[in-house]
Amino acid sequence: MRFFRDLKEYTGYARYAAKSALNAEVAGSYLNWLWWIFDPICMMLVYTFIFSYVFKASEPYFPIFVFVGLTMWRFFQMTLSKSTKLIKNNKAIVSKVYLPKFILLETEMLVSFIKMLFAWAIIVGMMFLWRVPVTPIVLLIIPLFIVEAIFTFGVCCLVMHFGVFVEDLDNVIRIAIQFIFYATGIFFSIETRIDNPVVQSFLLHYNPMAYIIASVRRCLLYQTLPEFDWLIIWTIISIALSAIAVRLVYKYENSYVKAI
Amino acid sequence: MAEIAITVDNLVLRYRRLNNYSIKRQLLSFRQNRKDGKGKTGTFEALKGVSFELEKGEILGIIGKNGSGKSTMLRALAGIFSPDEGSIDLHGHGVSLLAIGVGFKGDLTGRENIFLSGMLLGFTKEYIEEKLDEIIEFAELGDFIEYPVRTYSSGMHSKLAFSITAILEADIMLIDEVLSVGDERFRKKSYEKMKSLISNKDRTVVIVSHSIPTLQELCTKVMWLHEGEVKEIGDPKEVLEHYREFMK
Repeated sequence: MRFFRDLKEYTGYARYAAKSALNAEVAGSYLNWLWWIFDPICMMLVYTFIFSYVFKASEPYFPIFVFVGLTMWRFFQMTLSKSTKLIKNNKAIVSKVYLPKFILLETEMLVSFIKMLFAWAIIVGMMFLWRVPVTPIVLLIIPLFIVEAIFTFGVCCLVMHFGVFVEDLDNVIRIAIQFIFYATGIFFSIETRIDNPVVQSFLLHYNPMAYIIASVRRCLLYQTLPEFDWLIIWTIISIALSAIAVRLVYKYENSYVKAI
Repeated sequence: MAEIAITVDNLVLRYRRLNNYSIKRQLLSFRQNRKDGKGKTGTFEALKGVSFELEKGEILGIIGKNGSGKSTMLRALAGIFSPDEGSIDLHGHGVSLLAIGVGFKGDLTGRENIFLSGMLLGFTKEYIEEKLDEIIEFAELGDFIEYPVRTYSSGMHSKLAFSITAILEADIMLIDEVLSVGDERFRKKSYEKMKSLISNKDRTVVIVSHSIPTLQELCTKVMWLHEGEVKEIGDPKEVLEHYREFMK
């Protein structure tokens, strides 16, 4: 299939582009890569403070609970918010040479992924500090993350495509991100905080981000298995979504240059 | 009979004049009774059925007034646009578009951009590594190669762009107005480099330029595009003579 051939051919480019983008980000600022650590830590402190002191919310290992949610969320959010203008921002390249457009997205995802790894290093440290018991179930976060990555790819590919033609998609996406952020339960547990079982199940299962984040917390913090039936459902949906998006992008990518 | 490098058959390329869609405007237009709803589907044909064939080793010059479809032609050959009708067959040759700026990322250094551009042109990292010093030397950027491209002057920018495509050699080279790059000395140097690249019998070249003397000197064949159609194609001397007459 063309997708996998292109993916193989251009991944070297994506990797180098991601590396250079990270380098460039680092080169410009004072504390350079430390920001990738400070940034999520500060966010975590803010949320932990507000929700444990002001709203009296608490979960076992609350700071880690918040941090894990934030980390998984930021991967999705960073990629999504970049993808609306992705083609326009790469106009210099898109109008001068051919490349499969989802490679631009792949580059962004790699950038977000590497930043996320820094956050994961902190999570590991925090788990030591709080003496969270660890079992082999922890390894399940890998397939969970893969599903998140495929889902992110599919959604962002669609957004990237429509972002070329719809000028103010950016605004809509920003609002949507805000909304989903609060619905995803980054700083509260949908399982314990939402009492109505129908609403709870809806929020938890029909929003893949909520499902994935809740499952990662289960594996990481509470040594509980995720619900595998939903994992399979979201895997299938994510793959289907990506396939549709890739097909759409292939079909229209040549007219992007004309539209931007 | 020489090997055919490029076959273009009845190529039609359209630009859709689509007003970009905006959700805000769409919502407002309900109230305005869709006043601005008209004229949304205008298409403009940049190329109207162009056909030609180029043998390996030939050098084709494309000339024509502004807006005649020259750059569109090159971009189509480079694969950036896919044909709306007709076909382009490059017979499996690698192609690179030597435009001014292969597409640099401003925040990245010159060195990084060399790699990125090279990889986009289909070269391996190892090959680029091998040619890196040569490119940097040819581009005369010195220490600037370690600085972000956004700090470059426009001359440096085009020098780098030229050097990348000139030194990483593809089978088919597409050149867009590049003969006016940089200062006088670099222009001369790039012109010489171009000539030596072109003189390679295995390489097929397509040049877009407004400069009649340049085309006269370099090309083995000239195509005169006029409003998306081939007005004349053939011997450079003849075609350019007619073109000169026409432009008076």
